[in-house]
Amino acid sequence: MKTIKILSTVLVGMLFIYACGSKEQSSSTAEKQTTEKQEKKVPETIKMGKGVGEFTEVEVSDPLNEEWTKRGEAIYDMKCSACHKLTDQRVVGPGFQGVTNRRKPEWIMNMITNVDVMLAEDPTAQKLLEECMTRMPNQNIKPDDARKILEFFRNNDMTKAGKKDEAIKS
Amino acid sequence: MKTHFLNYAAGLSLIFLMASCGNQGSETSQVLGGSAAEQAYVAPGEYDEFYAFMSGGYSGQITAYGLPSGRLLKEIPVFSKYPENGYGYSEETKAMFNTSYGEVPWDDSHHIELSQTNGEFDGRWLFVNGNNTPRIARVDLKTFETVEILEIPDVAGLHCAPFITENSEYLVSGTRFSVPIPQKDVPIDTYKQNFKGLINYVSVDPEHGHMELAFQIEMPGFNYDLARNGKGKSHGWSFLTTYNSEQEHSLLEVNASQKDKDLMAVINWKKAEQYMKEGKFTERETSYFHNLMNEETTIAESEEKTLTKILDPKNCPDMVYFIPVPKSPHGCDVDPTGEYIVGNGKLSADMSVYSFDKIMKAIEEKKFDGEFDGIPIISYEAALDGIVKKPGLGPLHTEFDGKGNAYTTFFISSEVVKWDVESKEILDRQSTFYSPGHLVIPGGETRKPDGKYLVAMNKITKDRYLPTGPELAHSAQLFDISGDKMKLILDFPTKGEPHYAQAIAADKIQPNSVKFYDIENNKHPHATLGESKTKVVRDGNEVHVYMTAIRSHLAPDNIEGFKVGDKVYFHLTNLEQDWDVPHGFAIQGATNAELLVMPGQTRTLVWEPKKVGVFAFYCTDFCSALHQEMSGYARVSPKGSDVPLKWGLNEKLRENEQAAHDFYENAKQNANIGK
Ligand SMILES: [Cu+2]
Repeated sequence: MKTIKILSTVLVGMLFIYACGSKEQSSSTAEKQTTEKQEKKVPETIKMGKGVGEFTEVEVSDPLNEEWTKRGEAIYDMKCSACHKLTDQRVVGPGFQGVTNRRKPEWIMNMITNVDVMLAEDPTAQKLLEECMTRMPNQNIKPDDARKILEFFRNNDMTKAGKKDEAIKS
Repeated sequence: MKTHFLNYAAGLSLIFLMASCGNQGSETSQVLGGSAAEQAYVAPGEYDEFYAFMSGGYSGQITAYGLPSGRLLKEIPVFSKYPENGYGYSEETKAMFNTSYGEVPWDDSHHIELSQTNGEFDGRWLFVNGNNTPRIARVDLKTFETVEILEIPDVAGLHCAPFITENSEYLVSGTRFSVPIPQKDVPIDTYKQNFKGLINYVSVDPEHGHMELAFQIEMPGFNYDLARNGKGKSHGWSFLTTYNSEQEHSLLEVNASQKDKDLMAVINWKKAEQYMKEGKFTERETSYFHNLMNEETTIAESEEKTLTKILDPKNCPDMVYFIPVPKSPHGCDVDPTGEYIVGNGKLSADMSVYSFDKIMKAIEEKKFDGEFDGIPIISYEAALDGIVKKPGLGPLHTEFDGKGNAYTTFFISSEVVKWDVESKEILDRQSTFYSPGHLVIPGGETRKPDGKYLVAMNKITKDRYLPTGPELAHSAQLFDISGDKMKLILDFPTKGEPHYAQAIAADKIQPNSVKFYDIENNKHPHATLGESKTKVVRDGNEVHVYMTAIRSHLAPDNIEGFKVGDKVYFHLTNLEQDWDVPHGFAIQGATNAELLVMPGQTRTLVWEPKKVGVFAFYCTDFCSALHQEMSGYARVSPKGSDVPLKWGLNEKLRENEQAAHDFYENAKQNANIGK
């Protein structure tokens, strides 16, 4: 008898959750989503082609910082080269050749350091995901190191494409 | 019976539904408060309040559960090899299984002990004993990985282990079976002359957690079963139950249950420390292994130790005492104040509760009832605080809620009984299903228990779960103990046969949890830190493959030039730096296991190709949309063939060809020079 009583209490609890709980929850979630959609505004930085993340103003200057370029290359080698080539060939991800001519420095650095949010919110990043079908992993690159990778990209563009930083001009 | 139950359930649920779905505000919440399921319910996306760590018994492992949901969070491999991730099979972890008996890939894990600071759990490490081949393991709670295993020499059935002191100074561990020390070839019926028991004190380094066998105390040949250390005022003392004070060696169920009372050992370990400093120990040659994971390389290293230090109570006065304890005791538990010690006699109807103050007074006034082997036996009456009268049948273990209440499991009468520590009055009893062994309250062993939940670990589960043949998963039962009466709110299954468990507030572990290994700190000698550094190197018949993994390819993915009879080491480095993205590695015909490599980590699997052909390897962890494509081929040529070593990924295969040829030619020439 004792066993049965306890069993039934548990069962009743489950029935209750099934009957009311789940329904209520799903409707409130749906509601939340619609309000969110209505309120959601595209951030200014995305409209400016800078993506979204902690970088809103990045300064680039000449000549290139050689030390930064080297550190950038070392990180590229360890954390990026498995998916991105330095040419224009797409492997898992797009080739890096000309990236500073296509994308603003802020966008590049936000993509490197804030990839999950970028893939969720930035239309350009989303388009790349549709092409590559593999989410870019969060490789936990520190903000300082992202700047150094940018320097390495600028150097790569000078070597491979003969020009760099074109995206800033547009 | 069945119909009755259904009607009852349906009727009740209707009432519940009406009450809870209607807009009745405060009344609704009252009904909800009465729902057992709701109390154990943790909504999807929400976290549990506690981690509960359960030993796996004969599985040799530990499982981590969330409380109150009963969700299985992780199985942590400790004493048994684990093909799920290659623990014990990978080159880095093989050394964890080294013992003085050679590789022992299995054990029986019993008692979980979390590290403590000032008598409270600090969330740093977790210790557990290996009962069969006596060992103690340490798990790092930042990574939930076993990082150290220490063998304990000259004991058998290390059941009475590893009980921790309130600042993690020592893990006290007694032998369950006494044996000849040192081991020798003697008739078993010379038990009384030749068999001894050791109580072992393993020290824990406060900074790194490293264990060391500090000293052993040589005791009469009893069976040392369970222990607890004092806390607060009784800090510095250990209490250990023993059975078989008859010193029998056959049909123990009868012969070791002759006397009305057995003996509980009471040890002043601070005094023992002092004797150690004074050099009152003897040294004995023996053999035991210490296996430690190097934090930087994450490779386990083994060291054989050959010396142990022993204290003999005869030469160390005031260090060890006995107290009579009711027939065949099992549990021995100290309350949060450190004043009360509960000795549970399995075959006694009553439970004896001792007072630490009275024990001290009895020692001071020399109220002894004789001695055993020179060890004074403290008078039972002088040490006793009181008796819990007829609480149930077969008392095993007691935990505390920090509000002055004790909870004891009764194996024979299948129940948990709540009683008042001071008054010894019984307050509540609840049935369990069935035959509970240990029980756990979060922090129930510490100075500050969190008396919200209680988990009873039951030995038998029939009638509770759908049948799965002759054996059922052991059942754990969760009680809400926040009110006056205990309330059963959840059944959940466990792995293996959990003996003890400990539970800790999630916020003591969660913030420190490591999410990935920083690849820039990977000091593994065979790490490949970047795809451009991948390579294949032949050294005689040994071939080392330096391979990387990232969503969604392995590099290199095509390798040629393996030969039958080669010993191939796949050193796989996971280049990911993201949480929860391990990559796997499996190759056809591997006779050991697969690997699961954590982000930023390097792991090595040995493969010995036995057949000619082309064999596939692949990632076993579904890691991305292109996981199925994460694969490659290994070409195996006949023994003695001159197919050159080639490797690559995409266009790289061709680029590497010349280099591979050169390397191979060089190697061949070097090999010839050597001949
Ligand atoms: Cu994978």
